[in-house]
Amino acid sequence: MSASQIVVTGVNKVFKSDEREVVALKDINLDIPDGQFVCLLGPSGCGKSTLLNAIAGFALPSSGSITTDGKLVTEPGPDRGMVFQEYALFPWMTVEQNVAFGLEIKGVGKAEIHTRVTQLLDKLGLIDFRSRFPKDLSGGMRQRVAIARVLALDSPIMLMDEPFGALDALTRRNLQDELLRIWDEFKKTIVFVTHSIEEAIYLADRIVVMTYRPGTIKRDITVTLPRLRDPADPEFNALKRELGQLVMEEQQRHHHDEMRAAAVD
Amino acid sequence: MAKQKIGGALQGLLVPVAVIAIWQAASALGWINPLVLPSPWAVVHKWFEYAAPLKPYNPAEGSWLAWLFSGELLMDAIGSLYRVVVGFLIGAGLALPLGLLMGSSQRVYGLMNLTVQVIRPIPPIAYIPLAILWFGLGNPPALFLISLGAFFPVLMNTIAGVRQVDSIYLRAARNLGASQRTLFVRVMLPAAVPYILSGVRIGIGTAFIVVIVAEMIAVSNGLGFRIMEAREYFWSDKIIAGMITIGLLGLAIDLGMSRLNNYMLRWHRGLES
Repeated sequence: MSASQIVVTGVNKVFKSDEREVVALKDINLDIPDGQFVCLLGPSGCGKSTLLNAIAGFALPSSGSITTDGKLVTEPGPDRGMVFQEYALFPWMTVEQNVAFGLEIKGVGKAEIHTRVTQLLDKLGLIDFRSRFPKDLSGGMRQRVAIARVLALDSPIMLMDEPFGALDALTRRNLQDELLRIWDEFKKTIVFVTHSIEEAIYLADRIVVMTYRPGTIKRDITVTLPRLRDPADPEFNALKRELGQLVMEEQQRHHHDEMRAAAVD
Repeated sequence: MAKQKIGGALQGLLVPVAVIAIWQAASALGWINPLVLPSPWAVVHKWFEYAAPLKPYNPAEGSWLAWLFSGELLMDAIGSLYRVVVGFLIGAGLALPLGLLMGSSQRVYGLMNLTVQVIRPIPPIAYIPLAILWFGLGNPPALFLISLGAFFPVLMNTIAGVRQVDSIYLRAARNLGASQRTLFVRVMLPAAVPYILSGVRIGIGTAFIVVIVAEMIAVSNGLGFRIMEAREYFWSDKIIAGMITIGLLGLAIDLGMSRLNNYMLRWHRGLES
């Protein structure tokens, strides 16, 4: 029996501003076992990124608790590596320096850093770009570097916030396949936020559909299709229809909300 | 590419050549009083005289190289440059840590901002009487004024640079486990470098303006001093020769800064000049 890597218990998150309160997360309970690939799916405003940020430790829940490997999350840390949609590479560091940075912080020796970084860059097809700066790389390449930077940390958990959202379809599929390979090889627990239904089905063991404001768990679906999955497969499509229905309901609530807000103005 | 570069340089020379030609013609035709405005030829002649060693070469007095550099102009240029560099280093050296503190800590900012905002608009030149009162004559008051001139541009840009650091970099670094110190040294500081460098460039420019003024008052060598001295004797050709030297020196410094900029910001997306 493997220990649950991430346990979210009774989590609420309320954002307060002068005029109003927004309940971003309401009573979230989620148990993610070691090595599972979970996608958080929902329209914008459903709190999926808020939940991810809470697990990362960037914005702690208003109430409830999150533990990883039995330890309470109180701050960001290298045991929960994060890949951002905006890449967030340090532009003044070369590809190699970006990937090495986490190891330097950990206090790993120079020689070992060099070996490990070289290995990772090689694995991700970045070896020829090691002394380039991020500005000279394409979006897909940058996201590879961001993934390598997190892999270098050797963290058991990888958090991904719409990492492929800004990429074109072909690059995106490429990186999805690469991510599945990495997940398989490095045995990570992955929490992946997306609003793309197809991406969720293509990648995940389990899809958690969230509701629009307040963010709650609407449906928790296990995907059993064998990998690599074929988006043209009838089962894939049946699931896509089902999830499409669920997400659309929430999308419509989002839409109504916006119309109402516009009418008030 | 090279052809374009040469073409660009030639184009840049067009206006100065025309101005000098008209100026020379006007002087040759006797339209202007040479005491008010000497001919370009006279200025060039004076410039070489100014640059040449004062005494003929005498091996007994030292090396050939020392003799070559014994001309008034070189000594003046070195004197001015020395003051700019030392004054700038003092000013920027104080401004950088204060700017980093003010940019990163709301408390320090709240404590210091009003004071800075009141002192900043006072031009360094207004400090001349006090500078002489406090530091006497010679290099110290000049260095004080120059460092004051360099201080504020570097300070303001450093504050702005630290404040504009994108929070995504801070989040990424914290996610990698960076301590507060690492965050500051490895993330906030390099992210602020583009702003800091543009502050440095403005600061050096200001230092260069202030050095000339300071030399007119407090010291007895340097390009600023030489111009004032020439005024006493109505040597307008020497005044202009000194001014042109200042212009060329300023250009050289700016080109050097631009090189440094390009090197230090080779990672930067929007690279200017």
